[in-house]
Amino acid sequence: MNKTSEGMITAKSLAASYDGKIIWQDANFSIGRGEFVAVLGPNGAGKTTLFRLLLGLKRPSAGELSILDEPPKRGNPRVGYVPQKHLIDNEMSVEAIELVKLGISGGEWGFVIPCRGECEKARMMMRDVGAEHLSERSLGSLSGGELQRVFLAEALVSDPDLLLLDEPLASLDIRRQGELVQLIRNVTKSRNITALLIAHDINPLLPVLDRIVYVANGKVAIGKPEEILNSHFLTSLYETPVEVLKNSQGRIAVLGVEEIGHIHTHEHQL
Amino acid sequence: MNPITFSFNIIQDLKLMLGYGFMLHAFEAGTIVAIIAGIVGYFVVLRRSSFAAHALSHIGFAGAAGAVLMGVNPIFGLLVFTSSGGIIMALLERKAASRDVEIGTVLAFMLGLGVLFISLYSGYATEAYSLLFGEILGISSANVTITLVAGLVILLAVSLIYHPLLFSSLDEDVAEAKGLSMIWIGILFMLLVAVATSIAVQVVGVLLIFALMVTPAAIAMRLSKKPFRGMMISVAIALLVTWFGLFVSFYEPYPVSFFIASAVFLLYLLTRGLQKITNFSLTERK
Repeated sequence: MNKTSEGMITAKSLAASYDGKIIWQDANFSIGRGEFVAVLGPNGAGKTTLFRLLLGLKRPSAGELSILDEPPKRGNPRVGYVPQKHLIDNEMSVEAIELVKLGISGGEWGFVIPCRGECEKARMMMRDVGAEHLSERSLGSLSGGELQRVFLAEALVSDPDLLLLDEPLASLDIRRQGELVQLIRNVTKSRNITALLIAHDINPLLPVLDRIVYVANGKVAIGKPEEILNSHFLTSLYETPVEVLKNSQGRIAVLGVEEIGHIHTHEHQL
Repeated sequence: MNPITFSFNIIQDLKLMLGYGFMLHAFEAGTIVAIIAGIVGYFVVLRRSSFAAHALSHIGFAGAAGAVLMGVNPIFGLLVFTSSGGIIMALLERKAASRDVEIGTVLAFMLGLGVLFISLYSGYATEAYSLLFGEILGISSANVTITLVAGLVILLAVSLIYHPLLFSSLDEDVAEAKGLSMIWIGILFMLLVAVATSIAVQVVGVLLIFALMVTPAAIAMRLSKKPFRGMMISVAIALLVTWFGLFVSFYEPYPVSFFIASAVFLLYLLTRGLQKITNFSLTERK
C-alpha cells in the first residue's frame, strides 16, 4: 500500500469501439496513486466508455489497460464508482444508510440481518462525507447534492484505491459544485485514492486538479491543465481551430468544441 | 353454510371453521400465499415492477386455460407460462425500470394464446371465472402441497439473493459496477414474481393480484424506511387481510377475494389519510 509512485492506471495503445466503430484509439497514459484527474471532452467522445473499460464492463478493442498491474475486472473491490444518473425517484422510501451498507454487503449471497461490521463502517463513511445527518432520511427525499454525498459514501465504503465519478457536478449550482469538489478532494487525499472525474465544466475543478485526460476526436490526451487547456494544443488535437479563453479570475472557456462535439454525438451516442 | 353464524367467541368460531376440510386448506394456502406475496410484493414495489406482476398474472391465466384444455392441473399451466413469460421479459430488456414495452408485447402475445385456449374449451365459464377472481375455498390438498413447495423455494431464493436483489433495486448502475449481473438478477426476480403470482392467483385470482402483491407492500413502504422491517410489515398486512377475508367469507356468501381486496384498500386509504393528518411521511421532506 505504500508504493505511492506506482502506476494506478496504465494504458498502452488502448482503443475502444462500440458496435464495431472505433470511438478512440492509440491512448497511452499512466495515472499514479493519489492523483486527482478530470476527464474532459465533448459529449459522445467516449469519456464514459473509458470508465466502462476501467470497471470491466467493456473490453478494449485493442491495446492494454491495467489497474494496479491487473487487467480491469467486473466487481473489482479496488474500484469505486459514482454513476452520472441516479435511478432514485422521490417515491423511494428506503433510508440512505441502507445504500451505503449495500456498498459492502450488496454482492454477498445469503441472508444476514444482524449488522456485522458494515453498519458501523457505513455510519463512519457517512460522517466522513458530511452526510451523517442524512443517514435516516429516505433516499427519495434527498436533493441532488445530498444524493451525491450518499453515493460517494457508497463508493468509498469498500475502501477502493481508485474512485470513478461520472459527472458528479452536473445539476448542482456553483456553490455546491465547489463544496463537492473540495469534499471529494479531501476524502481521496486523506485515503490516498486516485480520483477520475468526468466533468463538463473544468472551472470548479481547477483549484484541486492534478491532471486532465482529454477525450476528443478519436484521441485521448493527458497532461497538466496548462498543457491541455490552451488554444494550440486543443487545435492540434481537434485538427480544427479551437480557442481557449481565460478571464481575469482565471475561469476558462473553450470555444469551438461543442460544434465539433455535436458531430461526434451523432456518430456514437453511448 | 348459512345456518352457521358468527358467535363472537373467536376461538370457538375458528375451531368450527377449521373443522371443515375446505376451510383448513384455504387457511393453509392463504397463509403461505400471503407470506410470499408480502415478501415478493415488497421487491415488486421497490423495483417499480407492478406492471410486470400484473402482466405475469394475466399470462398465467393463458397458461391455466391451456392446462385446463389439456386436462392438466391449472397450477402447472400457471407456473410454466408465468416463468417462461418472465424470463422472456427479463431477456428482452435489461433494465427493470424501462421494461414496459417488452412486458406489453409478451403479455399481448400470451393473452392471445389464452383466448385461443378458452375458445377451444367448451365448459370454460366457471373455470375461467375462478381463475380470474380466485377460488381459494375450493383448493385441493394437492394444490396446498404445491403451494407450500413453491413458497419454500421462493423463501430460499429470496434469502439467497436478498442483498444483490435489494442493491439492484436501489440503483442498477451502481450494483452493476460492483460486479452484479443485471441480466441474471433480472431473470431471477422475474422468476420469483412468476411463481409468486402463480400461487397467489389461487387466492385472489388474476384480476385481483395487486391486492396481495402490491397494496400490502405499498402500505409497508409508507410505514418503514428499513427494507427488512418493511418486508415484515408487508407480510403482516397480507396475512391480516387474507385471514380476515377467509374468516368473513365463511359467514357471508360473497367472494373471499372481494373481502381481501376491500380490506387492504381500506388499510391503504387509512394509512395515507393518517399520514396526511399527522403530516408524517417518509418521502415528502424535501
